[in-house]
This record gives sequence, structure tokens and C-alpha cells, in this order.
Amino acid sequence: MIDQFVIPLLKIVVVLNATLLGVTYMVLLERKVIAWAQSRLGPMRVGPYGILQPIADAVKLVIKEDITPVRADKWVFTAAPIISMVPALIVYAVIPFGPTIHLFGRPVSLYIADVNVGLLYIVSVASVGVYGIILAGYASNSKYPLLASLRASAQLISYEVAVTLTLVSVILMARSLSMVSIVNAQYNAGVWFAFVQPVAFVIFFIGGLAETNRAPFDLPEAEQELTGGFHTEYSGMRFALFFLAEYANMIVVSSVATTLFFGGWLRPFPNVAALHVLDVIPSWMWFLIKSFVFLYIFIWVRATLPRYRYDQLMRIGWKLLIPLAIANLVVTGIVKVLIA
Amino acid sequence: MGQAIAFYTLAAFILGFAVLVVSTKDTVHSVLFLVLDFLFVAALYVLLGAPFLAAIQVLVYAGGIVVLYLFVVMLVNLKRPPEAHQDPHRRTKLGFGLAVAVLLELGAIATYGMTRTGSPLVVPGTNGPLPGNTEQVGWLLYTSYLIPFEIASMLLLVAMIGAIVLAKREL
Repeated sequence: MIDQFVIPLLKIVVVLNATLLGVTYMVLLERKVIAWAQSRLGPMRVGPYGILQPIADAVKLVIKEDITPVRADKWVFTAAPIISMVPALIVYAVIPFGPTIHLFGRPVSLYIADVNVGLLYIVSVASVGVYGIILAGYASNSKYPLLASLRASAQLISYEVAVTLTLVSVILMARSLSMVSIVNAQYNAGVWFAFVQPVAFVIFFIGGLAETNRAPFDLPEAEQELTGGFHTEYSGMRFALFFLAEYANMIVVSSVATTLFFGGWLRPFPNVAALHVLDVIPSWMWFLIKSFVFLYIFIWVRATLPRYRYDQLMRIGWKLLIPLAIANLVVTGIVKVLIA
Repeated sequence: MGQAIAFYTLAAFILGFAVLVVSTKDTVHSVLFLVLDFLFVAALYVLLGAPFLAAIQVLVYAGGIVVLYLFVVMLVNLKRPPEAHQDPHRRTKLGFGLAVAVLLELGAIATYGMTRTGSPLVVPGTNGPLPGNTEQVGWLLYTSYLIPFEIASMLLLVAMIGAIVLAKREL
């Protein structure tokens, strides 16, 4: 009874709350890091060094007036933010934050579920998230959001292909689709897959930037051309849901990159006994540290690189990343066969 | 018992959404009901113990093909209903014929399914069934169903080249 219902429910509560809190603080981190990159201070007023800013932002967004345009398609307009938010959250079900540990004399696995199609589950749930963006643009019944949502969905569909192909080469290395088995495969191989599959990792990361609509691929939100993007007509909490979904997706991409390419919860050099001192940091901390590095790189890239033009974006996706990913897959397959 | 309840609940949702797909006036809404329908079919696959098929169903149908439907519906002007044909009952007759054909097919599958029981797939050269769903699908695709699989791939390739030729007049 306890193992079947209570513990999974507790895990879901913890993961969801941690994610939402993490998302609000991601926003603060982003504002701070970009401010530092531009020799500013960033938010400083609410709390010491502005650390209570996310809470103030949340309160502001909740009490703001919620506007639905008169000509909007009401049902779809309401459903769109929810459709973007839900996939971004349910992906966390299969992300392993750590191995099975003993807590109060009871084995507790630090993941909600280990399904044997874990990676495929993530890809398929993420593919449903596109609807939120398309429908937001369509239901607003307004020109700029519609243009932005068409841009966004074309971008997402294009980069999904490249990202999924890189995942296939990781699956070939790990011989499994389960996230936990992929981490264990890296333990057995004694090396993080980023060093065996560098090309796949680079393509995955670029694709991840594009799939989360982040700079330099943030064309769907190009303020100068589109007055804000697909969520122009949204206000208050509904706008906040799109915002939360975007940041939750960034955390998903960072966690998946950590799990697939950087050994998940494993410490560096997991097989070298001489480095056992590193075990003072618990496994889930390693996972969080690695994911945090990726989140920082997301912000760093945004502060550094200018936005691409739309045709450049499509050219990178179709003429560079997809052929490279296919070539990488073929080479991986040939090498696997030759070694085996 | 629990399985039966889950099955009938899912089946009711699937049928309900299917009816909404064809009965809704707004084309975009109808496409959205189709997505919901596909998601519930995926849940049915999970219930049948086929998680791989469920994930593929969501990825390919709900997440891929219907996005393209949505593009078409949003970009093509569908305000005017298509021209009525000479014979107003032509569509009704056609629909009736197709429905009868599908019913016959379902009946045939049901009676055929009653006569044989499923056994776990055993791979020659190893002992015991394959460990997972994904492995079984992969094994079947590359052994027993290799030729149909290759034909389907060829068909998709032909469709892709056809689409490129249609979209780019001067290559």
C-alpha cells in the first residue's frame, strides 16, 4: 500500500513543487546573469539582492487582469496555455534524479517511474507540447500571434527530427530506452557518453535551444518583428503559464542532456576507486549540479549570441544538423558492429 | 475487473471523441478532438501492455501527423463547404458501404482472434521470450515482417520525393 501509492504520490508532489520553485528562481537567475553580463545589478529591491523577486512576480501575475479578446476562440484560447504546461511537467515522471537509496530503512528510488520506453516517452510527450503554441496563435485571432505560432511550430517540427536522431545514437550505445539503464550503461562503460558521442551531444544541445525557443533561436518571440510572439494576447496567469512552460522545458532539456550525455547522477570517473572522496556529495546533488551548469549555459548563450534570421534557422536545421545527425548515427552503427 | 473498467472507460472516451470529430462544425476543434482520440487510443495500448506502441502512437499520430492536419486546416480557407455533388445521396451511399466493409472486417478479426491464443515470442537461438516490448517489435520487424516493412519505407520515400517535386516546380 505504502510502496504502491503513498511514496509515488509524495515523490510527485516533491518533484512538481521543486520544479515550479526552480522555474521561478530560473527567471531570477536569468535576469541576474544577464544583468551582470551587461554590467548592471539586476533586480535589487525585493529582499536582499532581490532574492524575493520571483515571489513578488508571481503575486503580480496572479492578481493581474485576465483578458480574453472578444474575437478569440474562447475554449481553445483557454486550453492553449494548459496544453503547453502539462507536457512540460509530466516529462519529469521518467527523469532519474538518483539511484535507489535507503531512506528510513526503506528502499526509495529517486525517480518516479522507470518505464522501459522512457526516452521515447519524453520525445512523444514533448511533441504534444507544440499544440499549445500553435493553438495560442490561432485562437488569439490576431495577426502577429498567428505568424509567430506558425514560425514556432515549423521550428519545433524541424529541430525535433535532428534531436530525435541524436537520441537514437545514444540508444545504440546504451542498448536501452530506459533512462535508468542509460545511466547504468555509462557506469559500466566507465565513460560519460558525451565523450563517446560528442557530435550527438552538440546537435542535441543546439536542438534543445531551438526546441525551447531560446536565444539565438527565439524567433517565435522576436519582439521587434512580432510585438511579443504567440502569447501577445495573453495576460496575467495565462501568460505566466506559457512562461512557466518555457522554463520548465529548459530544465527538462538540461536534465535529459545530463542523463544521456553526462552520466546522470554518477560522479566524475564513477569507476575510479581512488576518487571515492567525491562520494561525500550525494548522487542527486551531482545530478542537480550538472543540470545547473546546463541551465547556466542556456542563459550565457542568450546574453552572448544575437538572434538568427528565419532562413538561417531553417538552413541550420535541415541542411546542417539533420545530415550530421544521420551521418553520426550511421558511423555509430558501423563502429558498434565492427567492435561487437 | 479493474482492467475491464479501465477498458470500457477508455473505449467510451475514444468513441465519444470520435463522434465529436465528425460532428463538430469548427474544423480546428474537430482536429483537436482527433488528437484527444489518439491520446486515449495510446492509453488503450498501455492497458494492453504495449508501451512502445503507445509512445509511438503519441509521437507519430498525436504529435506529428495531426500537427500537419492543423497546419492545413489553419492555412487553407475552409469557410465555404465543398461543392455538393450531382447526386446528393452519393456520399451517404459511399459512407454506408465503407461502414459495412469495416464492420465485416472487424467481425472477421474477432472470430479469427477467438480461435488462436497469443504465445510469447521466442527468438531462435536463445532460450525464453524476449525481455521487452521494444525488442519484440524490433525483432518481428526485421525478421517475419521485413518485406512489408521495406515496402512501407519505399512508399514513404516515394511520397516524400513526390512532395518535394510538387512543392519545388523548378529544381
